[in-house]
Amino acid sequence: MKRSIVCLAVGVLLLSAVGTGMAKEQELIGAGATFPYPLYSKMFDVYSKEYGVKVNYQAIGSGGGIRQLINKTVDFGGSDAVMSDEDLKAAQAPVLHIPTVAGAVVVTYNLSGGPEIKLTPDVIADIFLGKIKKWSDPRILSTNTGTKLPDMAITVVHRSDGSGTTNIFADYLSKVSAEWKEKVGTGTSLNWPTGLGGKGNPGVAGLVQQTPGSVGYVELIYALQNKMPYADLKNKKGNWIKPSITSTSKAANIALPDNMMVSLTDSEAADGYPIAGFTWILLYKEQKYGDRTEDKANEVVKLVWWMTHQGQKYAEPMEYAPLSKAAMEKAEKLIKSVTYGGKPMMK
Amino acid sequence: MLESAGQMIEPLERAQAESVHHRPGFTLSEGAFRKILYLAGISVLVLLIAIFFSLLLASMPSMKALGIRFLTGRTWDPVTSHFGALPFLVGTLVTSFLALCISILFSLPISIFLGYYHREGKASSFVKTVIELLAGVPSVIYGFWGLFFFIPIIRFVETELGVAPYGVGILASSLILAVMIIPYSASLGREVINLVPNDLKEAALSLGATRFEVIRKVILPYARSGIFAGILLSLGRALGETMAVTMLIGNSNFLPTSIFSPANTMASVIANEFTEATGAIYLSSLIQLALLLFVVTTVINIIGKIIISRTSVT
Amino acid sequence: MKDRTLTRRIVADRIFQVVVVFLSFCSILPMFFILFFISKNGISSISWNFLTRLPAPVGETGGGIANAIVGSALLILLASVVAVPLGILTGIYLAEYRKDKFSYLSRLSVEILMGTPSIVIGIIAYVWVVKPIGSFSALSGGVALGIMMLPVIVMSTEETLKLMPDSLKEASLALGVSYPRTIMKVILPAGLSGIVTGMLLSVARIAGETAPLLFTAFGSPFMAANVFKPVSSLPLTVFNYATSPYPEWHALAWGASFVLLVFVLALNLIAKLGMRKWKVQF
Repeated sequence: MKRSIVCLAVGVLLLSAVGTGMAKEQELIGAGATFPYPLYSKMFDVYSKEYGVKVNYQAIGSGGGIRQLINKTVDFGGSDAVMSDEDLKAAQAPVLHIPTVAGAVVVTYNLSGGPEIKLTPDVIADIFLGKIKKWSDPRILSTNTGTKLPDMAITVVHRSDGSGTTNIFADYLSKVSAEWKEKVGTGTSLNWPTGLGGKGNPGVAGLVQQTPGSVGYVELIYALQNKMPYADLKNKKGNWIKPSITSTSKAANIALPDNMMVSLTDSEAADGYPIAGFTWILLYKEQKYGDRTEDKANEVVKLVWWMTHQGQKYAEPMEYAPLSKAAMEKAEKLIKSVTYGGKPMMK
Repeated sequence: MLESAGQMIEPLERAQAESVHHRPGFTLSEGAFRKILYLAGISVLVLLIAIFFSLLLASMPSMKALGIRFLTGRTWDPVTSHFGALPFLVGTLVTSFLALCISILFSLPISIFLGYYHREGKASSFVKTVIELLAGVPSVIYGFWGLFFFIPIIRFVETELGVAPYGVGILASSLILAVMIIPYSASLGREVINLVPNDLKEAALSLGATRFEVIRKVILPYARSGIFAGILLSLGRALGETMAVTMLIGNSNFLPTSIFSPANTMASVIANEFTEATGAIYLSSLIQLALLLFVVTTVINIIGKIIISRTSVT
Repeated sequence: MKDRTLTRRIVADRIFQVVVVFLSFCSILPMFFILFFISKNGISSISWNFLTRLPAPVGETGGGIANAIVGSALLILLASVVAVPLGILTGIYLAEYRKDKFSYLSRLSVEILMGTPSIVIGIIAYVWVVKPIGSFSALSGGVALGIMMLPVIVMSTEETLKLMPDSLKEASLALGVSYPRTIMKVILPAGLSGIVTGMLLSVARIAGETAPLLFTAFGSPFMAANVFKPVSSLPLTVFNYATSPYPEWHALAWGASFVLLVFVLALNLIAKLGMRKWKVQF
C-alpha cells in the first residue's frame, strides 16, 4: 500500500512538472477589484479563446488585489483605488496604474415598487453616516416630491472587504461632507458608522436585494444585471445626473496626469456623474523579479495592451465607459514603459 | 475486529509466508523502524508547537505596535491602523455561548433518549445515524441553508418587532451554530449516560423511582462531568466555526448592541479580510486573532480531555 | 395524600418522556430540511453539462462545475499524500507504545490538532507554503487539508490496531518474522478495513472545508492541471456563488451543494457501515 501511495505522489508531481514545463506560461493569475469583474470575466473568456492564454482573475476586492501584488503572489492586480503611499513603499518597486475602463458607483436601494429617487450629496453622506434614519425623512422627501416613500428604517449596506468601490464612494463623500471626511475618511477598508457588510460588489447587491428598506453602493452593472433601482444624483454644477456610460465618460473628461493615478469623483463637468472612477490594472514596472520569465512578462504586457485596445469594445455593452482617446494615449505610454531587466518590452 | 479464531487464519498465513520467504522491500532493522515510529509519534507535537510559534512570530508586529489595546479597543480601523479586537471577542463569545445554550436544550434530551430510553433498536440507530450525519455536513452548506431558511424567518420576526430587518446578525449565526454543535455534546453525553452502571439504575427503580427521577437523581449527577466535557467540546467547535458564521453574521465591525445586531467573530473577520489586509500591522493583527483562537481552543480541548480522563470514561 | 403525590410523579415522568422524545425529534429535523432544501433546488441544476463544463463568464448561462469537481479531487489527493503515510505511522506508534509517557503527549497533541479551527490551519498553510512559493497553489490547499486529515487517520489507525489481538503479533514474532515486517506486513494488512474506513471519514471531513482554502487554493475558473497553481473546489464554489446576487450563480451553488452534500453523506454512511461490519469504533 505504501508503494502505491509513493507512486501516486510521484505521479502527481510529474503531472505538475509536465504542466509547468509544457505550458508556455499559459496561465496568468490576477486578483482584485469586483468593480470591473463582470467586464473582466467576459474579456478574459474571449482572450483565452482567441489566444489560448488563460487568465485566472479572482475578484477578492481591490484591497486584496493590492495586497497580493505586494506579496508577489499574482501576476497583476485589479484595483479601483490608487495605491496609498504606505502600500507603494511596501511594494518596494514602482507599480504602474494602467486604466482599463471607467465606471459609475451607483446608490442602489430596496423599496417596494422600485421608485426612481433623487438624492443630494449631503443627504447621501448623512444616510451613510447614520444620521438620516428613515426613508420618510423630510430631507429625502424634499427632493422627491411626488414619490411615495415609506416610513421605513434605512438599513445601510457597505463592503465588508477591502474595496476600491468603497474608496471611490468614500472619496466622493469626503469631498462633499466635511463631517464624513473627519469621522470616516477615505480608503479601501473603513470604520463604517453603521450598517451591514457584504463581500464584494455581488455581496452588497445581494444584501440590498434581500433586505427591504436597505441602501448600498455598487458598480452600475451590478444594479442593472439584477434589475435594481438606483438614484439620480446632483453633481457639483447642480445638475441632476443619471448614472450611465455617457455621464461617466463626461466625468472622465478631465486633465489626466501621466501616471493616471487620478480621481474622477465630484467632477467639474456639467453633465458628469459625480461618483465615477477609473479602474486600473496594477503591475510592476520592472517585470524581472522573483523567478518571472520573460515569457510570462510578455504575456502580461500583451494582455494589458489587448484590454486597453481590442478589449474596449466589450465595455459599452456592459455599461462601462471605454477609455477616451486621451486616456488611451496615457495608458499606451504607461504600458510601453514596462521593462524586463531594464529593457522596454513593447517597441 | 478479529474476533474468532477463524478470522485469524489469513493473517497467520501471511505471517508464515513472511517468515519463510524473505521478500525484498522490507529489510529495515528493528531499531531503525522503531526510530521511525518515534519520529512519527513526536511529529504531531512538533507540528503543534510549530503552528504556535509561527503564529506568534507573525503576530509580533501588531503585538508590539498595539499592545493590550488590541484586546480592549473597540474600533477596528484599517485606515488609521488602530486595531481593537473587542467587537470580535464579544461577537465570538456571545454567539458561541448563545449557541451553546440553545444546543444544550436539544443535545441533552438526545443524550438521554439514546443513552437511557432507547439504547438499542431501530429508533435508536436511526436517530444516532442522523445525528452523526449532521456532524458531517459541511459548514458552507449549513451557511447556505441558513441564508434561505433562518434569515427570512428572523427578518419576519424583526419586522414584527419593529427592529431593523437585517435578518443577518447574532441571532442568525447563533441559531446555525447551535444546530451545528448539537452532535458533539449529544454523542459524548450519550456515551457517558450509557455507561452509568446498571446496578445503580436498577437499585433506584426497585426503590420505586420513576424513570424521570432516575435520570434526575442518579444518571445526571453521575454523568455530570462527562456531559460537561461534551459541552466544552461543543464550545470549542463553536468558537472556531467560520463559514456558516461569515455568511450569516452581517459582517459589521462594531460592538453588537442587541441580539439582532450584525457583528463579526474572530474567525469571520479573518475570513473576510485576510486576503486584502494591506499593511503589515493589519495582516499581523489578523494573525494575532488566529493565535488567540488557537490558544483558546487548545485550552478548552485540554480541559475537556482532563475532565474526561478524570472520570475515566471512554 | 400519598396517592396524589404518586400521580404527580407519574405524570411528571410521562411529561418528561414526551418532552425528551419531542426535543430529540426536533433535533434531527434540520437534516431533513437541509436534504430537502438542497435537493429541491440542486437537482434541477444537475445535468451532464453541469458536471462537465467550466463556469461561464458573469451574467451568462450554461456554466458548470467541472473544474470544482476536479479541483476537489486533486486537493483530496494531495492531502492524502501528506496525511496518510504520516498518520498511519503515528497511529502505529500510539498503538504500540500505549503506556509510554510520551505517547500521552502525542495523543493529546492529536486531539488538540483535531479541535483546531480550520481557519487557523489555513493561515498556517499561507505562511508556510504560499508565501515561500510566491503564489497560491493547490499544493498549499493540499497541505492545509492534509493537516486536518491527519488527526482522523491517526485516531482511526490507533483504534483499529488496538483491536488486533496480541496473539497475532506474538505468533508472527514467534515464527521469526522481524518486528518491522510483523507490523507492516501482518498486523497492518489485517487491520486494513478499519484503516480504510478511517480514510473515508477523513476525506469526508475535508471534502467540505472552505475556510482553509480561501487563501491557499484561492480558486480558479479553469481546470486544475498544475499543483503549483490555484485551483477551484466544490465548497469554494458554493461559498462564492451563494453570496452573489446572480440567479445563474445561485443555481451553480445549489448544484454544487447537492453534489458535495451527497458525496460527504455517502462517504459517512459507507464509513459507518464499515465500522458496524468490522465492529470498530472511533
